[in-house]
Amino acid sequence: MTRISNEKPNSFKALPDSDGHFGIYGGRYVAETLMPLILSVEKAYEEAQADPAFQAELDEYLKHYVGRPSPLYHARRLSDHLGGAKIYFKRDELNHTGAHKINNTMGQILLARRMGKERIIAETGAGQHGVATATVCALFGMKCIVYMGETDIARQAPNVFRMKLLGAEVVPVTSGSGTLKDAMNEALRDWVSNVDDTYYIIGTAAGPHPYPAMVRNFQKIIGEEVRQQMTEAEGRLPDSLVACIGGGSNAIGLFYDFLDDEDVTIYAVEAAGKGIETGEHAASLSAGGPGVLHGNRTYLLQDEDGQITEAHSISAGLDYPGIGPEHSWLHDSGRVNYVPITDDEALDAFQLCTQLEGIIPALEPSHALAYVGKLAPTLPKDHLLVMNMCGRGDKDVFTVAEALGVTL
Amino acid sequence: MSRKQGRLAARFKQLAAEGRAGLVTFITAGDPNREISSAIIEGLPGAGADIIELGMPFTDPMADGPAIQASSIRALDAGQNMNVTLAMVKSFREKDDDTPIVLMGYYNPIYIYGVERFSEDAANAGVDGLIIVDIPPEEDAELRIPANKAGIDLVRLTTPTSDEQRLPALMGGASGFIYYVSIAGITGTKSAATSNVADAITRIRKFSDLPIAVGFGIKTPEQAAEIARVADAAVVGSAIVQVIADNVENNARTKGAPDLRESVLKFVSELAQGVRTARS
Repeated sequence: MTRISNEKPNSFKALPDSDGHFGIYGGRYVAETLMPLILSVEKAYEEAQADPAFQAELDEYLKHYVGRPSPLYHARRLSDHLGGAKIYFKRDELNHTGAHKINNTMGQILLARRMGKERIIAETGAGQHGVATATVCALFGMKCIVYMGETDIARQAPNVFRMKLLGAEVVPVTSGSGTLKDAMNEALRDWVSNVDDTYYIIGTAAGPHPYPAMVRNFQKIIGEEVRQQMTEAEGRLPDSLVACIGGGSNAIGLFYDFLDDEDVTIYAVEAAGKGIETGEHAASLSAGGPGVLHGNRTYLLQDEDGQITEAHSISAGLDYPGIGPEHSWLHDSGRVNYVPITDDEALDAFQLCTQLEGIIPALEPSHALAYVGKLAPTLPKDHLLVMNMCGRGDKDVFTVAEALGVTL
Repeated sequence: MSRKQGRLAARFKQLAAEGRAGLVTFITAGDPNREISSAIIEGLPGAGADIIELGMPFTDPMADGPAIQASSIRALDAGQNMNVTLAMVKSFREKDDDTPIVLMGYYNPIYIYGVERFSEDAANAGVDGLIIVDIPPEEDAELRIPANKAGIDLVRLTTPTSDEQRLPALMGGASGFIYYVSIAGITGTKSAATSNVADAITRIRKFSDLPIAVGFGIKTPEQAAEIARVADAAVVGSAIVQVIADNVENNARTKGAPDLRESVLKFVSELAQGVRTARS
């Protein structure tokens, strides 16, 4: 049974339990039709984890195809400008396809191949996960169907075209607000209708067990590299970590290896949209409560009747009314600090980073950057801060132009 | 507070005595609004429904096809919530104490209402069973135990993917009846071949003596009759909900309420005719 306790656990890295629970969060809340399939994914993943050949194959692709390890870069001009902590960027935007998402899709496509599946489905918000999925499907010659909300299709046109070039079928989802939540509903409907030949590559550390743990494990290489790179650069661990959080895969990827290092302070940045007080935001931890959706129990934006409410963020990748279950548990346990950043703050940070560092960040990590802008000046110059630059901003230039009133 | 004999058990006993299968009709509570929905529900037993399955609308019905998705949105837009759904059951019970009512839906609205309080309030309103799509046996103890304690059955779902290794786990803790989801898919889309359904029922019977209702993809009186020859009950949902949708599109919400009710009940009586004559 699950347990609710305020006691500090011996380790923050021991979960989930065998049924996929992180405290009261996580689990497998799916239709019975999917249960045998979910259990077979879990079994296949456990076997793959125990097989050195699987990890060796994944490592090979991560090195030569994805381009890992990604650099750890000292952002000198931004550090000087903010006048406090020494800021490092973990450059996961330099991965092939331009975001951290491919760490996970590469792992899952190799698993799908082991399982003998031929048809891949995925949901996408910003399109980064859709592109990363379409990419690995092209690489391995597999059929790829990506569900994407029509609102997101409109604001992420470059990624939609990239997916189509890569041979994926992009299915517009019109239900609900036409964003990531609705795309996930539609992907689950597809999966339940095509259980025999289809593998669902979930893009974030959420969904039914084993996905939250599996996606985390495919992303935790980010933090493992940071540990080694920072030790080489500075001879010690970082003092603080900052990452943006929608579902939370880049954040858990950076954080996981450091969860038991007590001296490392950790911040995850939620999208506050137009402001928490306006109700138009995507901050499920800051302003939501525990509930059950999309296969797991986790914090959700919902009303008093348990109906899911719409999320709002300028960043399509953060525009989701839930969050991965491990983050819900890390929130309740107090290990990670979850903080909000608005659309406007993210837009300012987007421009500042572009001008000072020559790096155009995606709108998602622009939220993390904006929090770094608040945090760094309060810290001493020998404070080592690592921010996960989890995606590049090419895809967002149209959205930013519109927000800044520029006609292209 | 357990009842002396549950309405579900009594109804299946009566159906067995009559030598026929039952008709389970699904509509979403509050579709297209509370008044018309209540009027339809009150007319269902007279039209031949043996068991009423009432949907608790949810914003994100992941297992449902377009017809039931749309019905949930109509109901929610008209202000439906859990309190209203339970109040509708309660007022039905004042007139009909025999027809079993099974609430169908997703877990979150129950979880937010509070499982203990929900179980007691639902039992007091006159609810007999629950079908919760997104809470498989691995997770359902937190709802099943309080529901059973209040005298409500948690109906377990079995599917074409439930093999003989999984069936025993599905039957442990099952009560009321077994709901066989006859296709791997969402509601209101594909239809199963009757021979496949018959095979599945044979498989399930090895592990359970509970009555077996079959649903998903049953759209016509003829299909309902075919299922009624092999199962203890046939469930029709999307096809009934579609009658509501068609009438709403014809402005039924403002002026055609009696027509809408009559259209739905006429279709239900045709389904009932199919089910009742299936084995004769």
